[in-house]
Amino acid sequence: MRMKLIFLAGVAVLTVSMMAPARPSGGTVSGKITYEGTPAKQKPIDMSKEPTCAKQYTTPVTTETVVAGPNNALENVVVYISAGAPDEGAPSKPAVFTQKGCRYLPHVLAFQVNQELNVLNDDQTSHNIHPLAKINREWNKSQPPGSPPIVDKYDKMEFIPVKCNIHPWMHGTFAVLKNSHFTISGEDGGFALPNLPPGKYTVTAFHESYGDQSQEVTISGSETKTASFTFRAKPY
Amino acid sequence: MGKLFGVILAIIALASAYPIVTHMYVQPVDISTHGHAIDEQLADTMAEAGLSFVLAQLLLAFCVWKFSNRKEGAKVFHLPGGAKLMVVAAFILVGTEVLALDVLGQKAWAEVYFTAPKPDALQIQAQAGQFAFYFRYPGPDGKFGPLHPDKIDEGNQNYFGLDPANDVEARDDIVTAELAIPVNREVHLLMHSKDVGHSFYVRELRIQQDFVPGLDLSLHFTATQTGHFEILCTQLCGLGHYNMKAYLNVLSQEDFDKWMKQKASEQ
Repeated sequence: MRMKLIFLAGVAVLTVSMMAPARPSGGTVSGKITYEGTPAKQKPIDMSKEPTCAKQYTTPVTTETVVAGPNNALENVVVYISAGAPDEGAPSKPAVFTQKGCRYLPHVLAFQVNQELNVLNDDQTSHNIHPLAKINREWNKSQPPGSPPIVDKYDKMEFIPVKCNIHPWMHGTFAVLKNSHFTISGEDGGFALPNLPPGKYTVTAFHESYGDQSQEVTISGSETKTASFTFRAKPY
Repeated sequence: MGKLFGVILAIIALASAYPIVTHMYVQPVDISTHGHAIDEQLADTMAEAGLSFVLAQLLLAFCVWKFSNRKEGAKVFHLPGGAKLMVVAAFILVGTEVLALDVLGQKAWAEVYFTAPKPDALQIQAQAGQFAFYFRYPGPDGKFGPLHPDKIDEGNQNYFGLDPANDVEARDDIVTAELAIPVNREVHLLMHSKDVGHSFYVRELRIQQDFVPGLDLSLHFTATQTGHFEILCTQLCGLGHYNMKAYLNVLSQEDFDKWMKQKASEQ
């Protein structure tokens, strides 16, 4: 009982400390990612050859190479500071990439150079993850159900397409970045890069199908600057 | 002791023939127009090889029975002609058997491989790649768009390397992971491999054909029963070979048209 109380008190302290507002330590770049034109139709995936995955869905899941939200919002765009911010050491927390229902969760995973990457297999089938690195060392590893996580890291910045050598429809992206100023646009296409010290920055938005775009932004003090990006979508 | 061994040999030979003679192992249902010829050929081969096997074993058992327990110092009995005659006899016997199988079997083989598909056969392209099958239907225009291997983009479900932006014929092509076909209509399957050797095996269709990289092979068949059957890869093609399968879905013409419409709307 006493142990339980101590534990609960610990959790409470932790929760309060996490809820406390972070000290404003600089400016913010925020904005919205949108597209113009007609994006490619996302096709349903037939997983019938892998029944343990197929049965996890009542309606077939679709491809995720272009995920569009309401009002032409574009999801899964990596927004990061490509110039102006110093390179940073890797955080100790690993980046986690999960194989579940024969899909990659999240579809786009951003993490830092030399940060530990953990790949999990939550499925009842074997996967063979194959990140198609060109600048970093390329590898592919088999992971039967119940295997421990695959642990690796990348020592250079790169956007790496990821595929499964057993399930051709599985597809994802690793974004290996040099500093901690990055985010991924959500359903509404919105993003925010907070805690930027005063300075001149290049903000870059990367989309796996549409490539990248950059803008210069100058931050002085704790202001919020807006930088929005519009990608040109093609039906094919 | 020698006589007992002869008896055991005869029992083993007859016991192993029993399940085959009594058809203890039931064959999978045959859903193709040519399957009966394959089945007859298999039965003929089994009869011929089985009979030779049982006769040879019984002869062996007889010799063990008859010539065992030789007394000390007794004269050794030789068949006339010696080893040379035995070799010649073996060549003639085995040669006749192989030739007989060829002559009997050529009809079944020719029915599958040496006849052309009818001009109105439904053309479907089958692509094997590590470790899945994908199928392509030409769509309403009846034409397959050209393939561009550099355009293959599996994350985007472009398994064949189509370029709908530039190739008008590719725009209505229908790509699926299952092979749906109408019942009682001839299908002309155009086979190509994306990477290594694979095989297309549907036991109910009595068809097993390799995919050979770099070769455009084709098959034609007519399914006579509706149902859901497994398509398996039977060439060891790599790590995921055990998992390389797809489904053959034989539908009534009406259901097939519905299925086609549904798939076309998904492209």
